[in-house]
Amino acid sequence: MDFGPFLFLATLEGLVQAAVLCLTALGLSLVFGVMRVVNVAHGEFYMLGAVLAYWITSWISGNPAMGFAVALLLAPLFVGVVAYLSEKIILRRLGYDPEATIVATIGILYILQQTALLTFGPDARPVEPPLYFRVEFPWFGYSGYKLIVIAAAVILLLLAWFVITRTRLGLIMRATQFDRETAQNYGIAVDRVYAMVFAAGAAFAAIAAVLIVPIQQAHYLMGGDPLLLAFIVVIIGGLGSIRGTLLAALLIGLSDGIFSVFFSPTLAKMVSTTLVALVLVFKPEGLFGHRSRL
Amino acid sequence: MKQKKESSSTDVTGVSSSRRRTLKTIGTGIAAATAPVWFPRAYAASEPIKIGAQLHRTGIGASYGRWYERTATAAVNLINEQGGINGRPVELIVEDDGTDPKRGTEVLEKFATQHKVDVAYGTLFSHVVIGSSPRAGELKLPYVVCSEGHHVASGKLNRYVFQPGITDVRSQVISMAPWISQNLGKKVTMMFPDFAFGHDHRDYFSQAIAEQGGEVLELIAVPPTETSFTRYFPRIPRDTEVLYHVMVGPGVLTFVKEMGQHFGKKRPEIFGFIDSLEAVDLATPQLEFLEGTYFWEGNPRYAQADQSDFDKQYRAAVGVDGKGASLADPKDVSTYSHMFACWESLFIIKEAMELAGYRSVADKNAFIEAMESLQKFDEGLAHPQGNKIFNPKLHQSFGHQHISKVGADGSMEVVHKTSIEDGLYESDVDYTQMAL
Repeated sequence: MDFGPFLFLATLEGLVQAAVLCLTALGLSLVFGVMRVVNVAHGEFYMLGAVLAYWITSWISGNPAMGFAVALLLAPLFVGVVAYLSEKIILRRLGYDPEATIVATIGILYILQQTALLTFGPDARPVEPPLYFRVEFPWFGYSGYKLIVIAAAVILLLLAWFVITRTRLGLIMRATQFDRETAQNYGIAVDRVYAMVFAAGAAFAAIAAVLIVPIQQAHYLMGGDPLLLAFIVVIIGGLGSIRGTLLAALLIGLSDGIFSVFFSPTLAKMVSTTLVALVLVFKPEGLFGHRSRL
Repeated sequence: MKQKKESSSTDVTGVSSSRRRTLKTIGTGIAAATAPVWFPRAYAASEPIKIGAQLHRTGIGASYGRWYERTATAAVNLINEQGGINGRPVELIVEDDGTDPKRGTEVLEKFATQHKVDVAYGTLFSHVVIGSSPRAGELKLPYVVCSEGHHVASGKLNRYVFQPGITDVRSQVISMAPWISQNLGKKVTMMFPDFAFGHDHRDYFSQAIAEQGGEVLELIAVPPTETSFTRYFPRIPRDTEVLYHVMVGPGVLTFVKEMGQHFGKKRPEIFGFIDSLEAVDLATPQLEFLEGTYFWEGNPRYAQADQSDFDKQYRAAVGVDGKGASLADPKDVSTYSHMFACWESLFIIKEAMELAGYRSVADKNAFIEAMESLQKFDEGLAHPQGNKIFNPKLHQSFGHQHISKVGADGSMEVVHKTSIEDGLYESDVDYTQMAL
């Protein structure tokens, strides 16, 4: 294939990757930013979203778009509830101690993964895309649904951006992130904010998974890769910085797509991890992070 | 059981049957009452032969694991119905290796030390077999694999490892290369999983097609855990005549769907190993483009017009319909092309144990020597896939391969069947020279 079309395909692939990564990493970044909790179970919330999408779509017969729309609504909601409960039952009792929460979220990771294995089973299961068409470029064909994923992610991200920066809810969240104690003094129910943020973070991962599952299939081990990439993005972007997270997701998604197409996916992962190492050495707070206020 | 047999044989004489029956009832009562005194010895004789099945119940090979277990269970049931091995019942002890070499090794250890099995058996993925085999050698545990990789015949494993149930990849690809070059094209691009099994394809098919005057234009290695494949397709050179694909893992359906998205109607000839779609229904939406493409099949998934009675009985025993799906759930498609290896291997273990007069773990060496004395397997209920010859030096069987063409409804029709001789190759490996 010639260079032009090659680059075009690589960019498309990169954009799909970036779109999903933005949503996943945003959830992770939100949880860390507000709660200072490193959520190792984030990838499993993603997996749970995909598995639920499979279940919901297989229950609803008829037009695949119907089932998919219900899944896009219910799966993140259910995942949010699971996250909300695990925050209340586990993380809160640990007082959000950084080390303890890491161990606890590793525990949650295994509980979710093994529960999925025991109930959903070990097989990869396909989900019908809500609408499927093939876009025929002069040089190659491309899945139309992938283009829809990019568009959907952009809309969802704009929505999230609006909520965080323009609404009272967002203000409360940002206040809690900025200074927990002062926020509490101003009458903000910090505990409730934490629970909601943890649920919202997980729901973002679930939304990303529902969008991606018609491309990739649901599988109980699918949470590993997105977790790794989301961590890479959050570290490069700056822990807790939403703007940094989105830019880093775009950067990593695109570079991953382009390096994968032109060279090899293994090299793409090497480049991303090298970037992380460089950022940690030269700008530990991340490209857009602030030095922590201690 | 023994009692029942006697009664039926004596009844035939028909002499004073009522008196005899009364005496017999009394006798049985006494025997039952005193059973603990004399029973242990009799029990020892019918103590089961334990076969430890190392299977992919979870992990990336789970769909194979599920069907391997069903096939193995069906075979064991049949063997037991036929009187077991050397008059003893067979017990299958299944342990999950998680499709993970490290766990595979642990499973073998568990078999040897905890379950004290007579033979370890099973598993498919080549990295698990290669990872587990050295431990089988150290434990001196016979290990009969159903993996199809070339690793056993390559000579890099040890005397305790056998692959008698399925032909290895090297032989498979050698036998099919002439047909591919004559019917599909000579310029081939290969897409294969980037681990041992895929490397067998890469190395031996490249060599085989070159011997046919063809060439491999590009080798595209894909990690077996990959979930997105679109990025690999641009590397397929435009003058490719044949795309040769073989993929494994949970992403296989995505792989084939994305291949269709990429090519549309302007595709080269496509020759795949059914591994790329094992346990997947070919009538799945977006797979329509596969019509007119070809697949290697070890054992044809769709019952063919000339289906043998053995295949019919084998399908019924395992619970598979004429389309290769579960009788209980037509959406549950089997790994039909590979799983016959589990069935046949168990019957081969039986054959060798009976040949060796196997009684206990102490007869292990005799069992291995009996395995090494086997020469061929005739087609039959024990070998429904077809006849095979066994090379004792390589610990490897050689059988027939099938090339099938995909029809409009996703069905597959065998268009070419290779002979055993097509797949033979020279080798100086000789496991029989290794010490036991």
